[in-house]
This record gives sequence, structure tokens and C-alpha cells, in this order.
Amino acid sequence: MKIQSLEDLNAIRRTYAKQIYAPEGIRINIGMASCGIAAGARAALNRAQEAFRGNATIQIRQTGCIGFCEQEPLVEILAADKPRIMYKKIQEDKIVEVIEGYLAGDFKTHKKWILGQMKDPRSLLEDEIENPLAAIRPVDGIPFMEEAPFYSAQIKVAMRNCGYIDPDRIEEYFARKGYVAFLQALKKNNPQEIIETIKASGLRGRGGGGFPTGIKWATCAKHHGNRYIICNADEGDPGAYMDRSVLEGDPHSVIEGMLIAALGIGSSQGYIYVRNEYPLAVKRLVTAIKQAKSYGLLGENIAGTDFSFNINISTGAGAFVCGESTALMASLEGKVGRPRAKYVHTVEKGFRESPSNLNNVETYANVPAIMLKGADWYTSMGTARSKGTKVFSLVGKINNTGLVEVPMGISLRDIIFKIGGGIPKKKKFKAVQTGGPSGGCIPEQFLDLPVDFDELAKVGSIMGSGGMIVMDQDTCMVDLARYFVDFLKDESCGQCNPCREGLKQMLKILTDICQGNGKEGDIELLEEIGAMMQKFSLCGLGTSAPNPVLTSILYFRDEYEAHIQDKKCPAGVCKPLFHYEIDADACTGCGVCAKKCPQGAVSGEKKKAHSIDQGKCIKCGICYEGCKFDAIRIC
Amino acid sequence: MNEAAMMETPDAIDYMELDTIIETEYGLSRENLIMILQAIQKRYNYLPKPALTYLATKISLPMSQIYGVATFYSTFSLEPRGRNIISVCLGTACHVRGGAKIHEKLENMFQITDGQTTADHRFTLESVRCIGCCSLGPVIKINEDMHSRIQTDALEKILAQYE
Repeated sequence: MKIQSLEDLNAIRRTYAKQIYAPEGIRINIGMASCGIAAGARAALNRAQEAFRGNATIQIRQTGCIGFCEQEPLVEILAADKPRIMYKKIQEDKIVEVIEGYLAGDFKTHKKWILGQMKDPRSLLEDEIENPLAAIRPVDGIPFMEEAPFYSAQIKVAMRNCGYIDPDRIEEYFARKGYVAFLQALKKNNPQEIIETIKASGLRGRGGGGFPTGIKWATCAKHHGNRYIICNADEGDPGAYMDRSVLEGDPHSVIEGMLIAALGIGSSQGYIYVRNEYPLAVKRLVTAIKQAKSYGLLGENIAGTDFSFNINISTGAGAFVCGESTALMASLEGKVGRPRAKYVHTVEKGFRESPSNLNNVETYANVPAIMLKGADWYTSMGTARSKGTKVFSLVGKINNTGLVEVPMGISLRDIIFKIGGGIPKKKKFKAVQTGGPSGGCIPEQFLDLPVDFDELAKVGSIMGSGGMIVMDQDTCMVDLARYFVDFLKDESCGQCNPCREGLKQMLKILTDICQGNGKEGDIELLEEIGAMMQKFSLCGLGTSAPNPVLTSILYFRDEYEAHIQDKKCPAGVCKPLFHYEIDADACTGCGVCAKKCPQGAVSGEKKKAHSIDQGKCIKCGICYEGCKFDAIRIC
Repeated sequence: MNEAAMMETPDAIDYMELDTIIETEYGLSRENLIMILQAIQKRYNYLPKPALTYLATKISLPMSQIYGVATFYSTFSLEPRGRNIISVCLGTACHVRGGAKIHEKLENMFQITDGQTTADHRFTLESVRCIGCCSLGPVIKINEDMHSRIQTDALEKILAQYE
């Protein structure tokens, strides 16, 4: 069927809204993003399908990632007139039992596997349509997900459908008001208005640069030629995976965003450049594009108008630098992904020397929501110069690892301690790295800083694509800086001297420091090289590459000095610079360390203080992690 | 002649199949070079030289340019790889959670270094920077299967599943 009008779309929407909110029988949503599958969701899904084969009242569906990765595999069960319950860590051995419990109306037996129940599963786009909530019957004694600290501060705009719909079924995207914004804009046929709305919303590029999206669109629209709409899905920052999650959980939001951009800018061809490391995202995109075509939402003469738009998928081949716009476009042309100087911007001459508008996955996913709810709604969230919400991936030494979408302006402290639940094992917070390898480390004293493009830049870091890596007392900042420089040295395209040689020299100095061969003047030399790279590198990779080094020197200079002058690594990471000792006063002689030591280096009588044979010790840290009495010291 | 050397002889390549990839699937377009190379690598597990020479003639692109692309992007290998590819994630989150220890242990187990293949061609060991499963670190990917929250002592059992 080809959709010709909003009425056509609405008719489909109503049918499927029932299926996703108040199905007859029960519906089981299993979180099947890459992370869920890695945690065992596929095996759980197979087991459930096997156990309930032929039972027409049970629908088993895959969904994307709802964001609480720590608790995966996540399984949600719902039915009309029943509660909507999310179960956590449901491996294949538990799933059948859980489903049977739900069917029997027993929510007590498996209480420890329940994460919570959902009060209102609608997306924020849906609040004016018929209320499907009537069918939900919450049950007493189970906390609401919406009230849990992990969820209560979140507002889901870009991730509005992730975890709620089956990404392989376009109809479920329709059910949550998908493609309404696009069809409305198509019928209005006023490109100028689209661009003005995006401009007024203050939406800024979510890939890291933070360039105002509306201005980019307007500039691209001004240049003549075959314009291209490109989606940057080359999410290369280690520790950031929101784009993967959106593509795997809600690919149509990105396609719809690109369609609206194409309408506004005037383009008939789009490209999505996806990392090759994300095979599932590619698969889901291929399916999504096929389905959009079958409904006539992509292709020629969309919905009976003279607007035509097609999307091709291009996969990257493992080059971090291809996340940079000019390198990405070179790669799209089948060439080596080297950036070029941007005397002429890509909105004027980009892919195939034509005007090209490139935005990130999350940016496009925001667009349909802004078009539907208006610029005023969007600007009501955020700070003066950073509007709307941003998705962050909260990883590293943090209790609630996962993806969180929060309004701009929320403090880092709230994200890490309220939503993230703080640092595991009661360890001390040390720093948070934002912006991936191009970002910086932000120490404790700036935790009350609001999340905002400009505020983060003020303390030497960047918003970047939204990776947030939390570090505790056991992370060595020098080693971390070395790690990032090592990564960037591998990924530098090698074209310009400052980046290629600067990173090589920085890595050599940092490696020396970590191995105990640091010398006076090293810190100053690092600062000098860093400043040179920031000024003279060709592209964003080079100019931002020194950030992790420079910020860690700025905020943790004492750690560098300890490595260089005292030949000590206070965090106990750089092996040549520390050793473990047992504090005889704190040791209870429980013997755990002696039992766990793979080298047999720990000895001592039962219930008496133990000691470590330094000759045998390989500093693997197993005893340190295992001691319950904090008796093992880093010296 | 061993398996690897045999591949390097032009006879080992199925040119009809290459034509399907280059012409039918990718329309002889130079713009599709990266994806054509990916398809060839998927078929042969690496990029055999005769296939690249053939590709160069087919899409009229100098071999130097194809070589440039094949060596620039980290997914491509110009040497035969093992039957199973182990990718150890060394992204930041996995790094912080001990990904490097897993990598080190695998290097020791197989007596190979990063990027190398075991003598029996059973495994190739590679490192990748982030596969986007940061919450489940440390993660390794073997072929298409993800293994999460890996402990070094669990490795042998996991590897036993792959022949």
C-alpha cells in the first residue's frame, strides 16, 4: 500500500497502536540491540519462542535498547488491562518462568527480577491522541520506572521510540506518530518554514561540533546543484554508542529526519554512512528503507507529490577520521578518507563537489519531534545557547551504565550521581571524560557545571558525541592520556605534520612517563606540542587531539609530577611505578588474597597478617580487588 | 603449496563470482570501491592480490589507488586470516574494565601478536576500538558473536566453541 495522505497514515496508526499498547493476549518485548544480544537476549528470545510455539495469544517481539544496559537482557511484558512490567537480567534460563508467572498474574514470586512497571509508555509526541493508557492497570507494590532515579530526570526525544517498538516494523513507528511530521511538511510544501522552524529551535549538531543545524540547512539550500543529504553514522568515539542505539532501535526516526531535511533543503538523494562495526544497525536500516519504500515514503513522487527522495547506505571500513565531514565525503566517493582544509565548506562543495548537508544520527532523530511539537517546545528545554536534550552514554566506573537522554543544562553531578547511581564499590570519583578522545577530563570541582556546549568548552573539554566515561580513584590520568594519544596516533590520517608527528612525540613522552623514565621538562614539552597541534592541525581530529593530555595536565598535574619526580603511580596502574603491600594492622588474615593470587606470592598464617613476596608479584591487582578490609595498599 | 600461497595464484579466484560483485551488485562504480573490497574480503576472508588486480582493470582504477584504500582502512587485510576472527575491544570503557588483560592473555595463549593468525589458521587476533557495547565490557567479538563481561579464566571455554 502506498500512503497518500495523513488519513491513510492515521488508519494504520490506530490498528498498530492497539498492538503496541493494549494487545489481545500478551506481548513480550525483548531488548534486542547489540548490547542486549551480547548479554544473552537472542538465546532468551529463542527459548521463549520455542516454549510458546503455536500459542497465538503470545506475541514475542524484538525491540531496541531502552537504555538501562546494566540490567540487560531486559524483557517487558504487557497486555490489555494488565500491568506493564519490565524484568531485568532475564537470560534464557529465566524467561519461560517469568512469562508463566505473568500469565498467572503472579508478580510476587519473581519480584527480585522485576526492574519496575511502566506508568505511561507513550512517547512525548503522542500526548494529544487517543489515550491508550486506559488499558494499563498498574499493580501495587512494584515501583514505577518513571519514578526510579535512573529514569525520572530523563526526557526522551531522540530516543523516544527505542525499546518501545519493533524496529523492523514500520507500522509500529507509525503507531507512535511516526512520519506525521514529514507528511504534514510535505503537504504544506513550504521549505522556508521548515528551515525557519529548525533555526528557531536552536538545535545544534549532536555529533560533537555543535554547529546550529538550521543555519547549516539554510546555507546548503542557498547553493545550487544536486544537493545531498548525508547522515553521519560513523560513530567512532570509543565509549559512545547512542547512534548505534538509535539506528538499531528506531531507524525510521533518522529516515524521517533526513526526509524533512531533504524537503527543506531541496534534495532528492541521501546517504547514510555507517560504521562497519555496526552490522545490526546496517541490517535494520536496510529493512527500514525497504519498508518506507513499500509504503511510498521513500522513492519517486512521494505521497502523490512531485517530491522524490532515495537513501543509499554506505558502510565505513574502520577509520576514526571518517567521522570528520570532509573525510567522510571522500570515503563516500570510494577514496581514502583524508580530510581537506575547509576554505570552501561542504554545504557549498562536498560530496561529488556538490552542496552537501551532513548531520549526525541523533540530530536527524530530533527533527521530526521538533517539527511536530514546534520550536517553542524545544527551546523550553535547555540553556540559553544549548537547547533541547542530549543523549549521553554513561560508562566506565559507574553503577548504572547505560544511555541517558537529559535536558541540556542538567549538572554533571546529577547525571553521574543521581541518574548514574554513583561509583561502584564506594570508591572515590576522580574525573569524567566527555567528548571521547577529542574531549577532556573534568575533575570533581566542576561537577556542578551545567551540560552545555559552551560551558564544557570553557573547562577545556567538549560535548562531543556524548560519551561520558567516569573514572574513579583507580584510574591513572597519565595512563589514560597515553591511552587516548595511542588511539589517536593510530587513527591520524597522516596527512598534516602537526597531528602526525605531534601525536607520535606525545605518545613517546607519555609512554616514558608511565614507565618511570619521565624527566624534568616533559610536562612543559607536552604542553608546547599540544598548543602547536591545536593551532596548526588541518582538521578537527588534530586540533582536538591534545585535549585529553592538556586537561589532565591542567587538573591532575600532581599525578604527572608524582610519575616524573617520585617515580610513583598513585593510582596503581603503571606497573613499574608501584607495588602492593599488606597493611599488617588492617589485615585480618582471612586468606582470600593468598587463595586468589595466581603467582602464589601471598603467604601468611591463618588469622595473622599476610605478606607479599615482591619477587613473585606480577601486580595483577587481584588481591587488591579481592580484599574486603582495604588492607592492601598501593605503595 | 600451503593454503595461503595457493590463494595468491590467479587460478584460485572465481572470476564469475567477482563479476557478480563488481558489476551486478556495485554497478562497476569506483565510488563503491570500499564496499566492493568488503564484499571480496567477506568471500575470501582477506583481499587476495589477483582479485585486486582484476578489480583494478574492471573499474579502470590504478592498482596504487586500490592499494591505498585497502591499507588505509583498518578492516582490510592483505594477508589470509584465520577461520575465526577474534576482535578484542580496546575502547575506553573496555580499557577501563580490563580489555587489555584479555588481549594480553590471548596473545600469550596463541603466541601471536595483534593482527596475526595462528599457524593452524584457526584464529586471527585483532583489536578494535569500541564496538558500542560499553556497558558490558570487557567485550570480545568472535566472528559475529559477542561475548560480554569476559574474565580471563573464561576464555578457554569460549574459544572451544570455534573450530
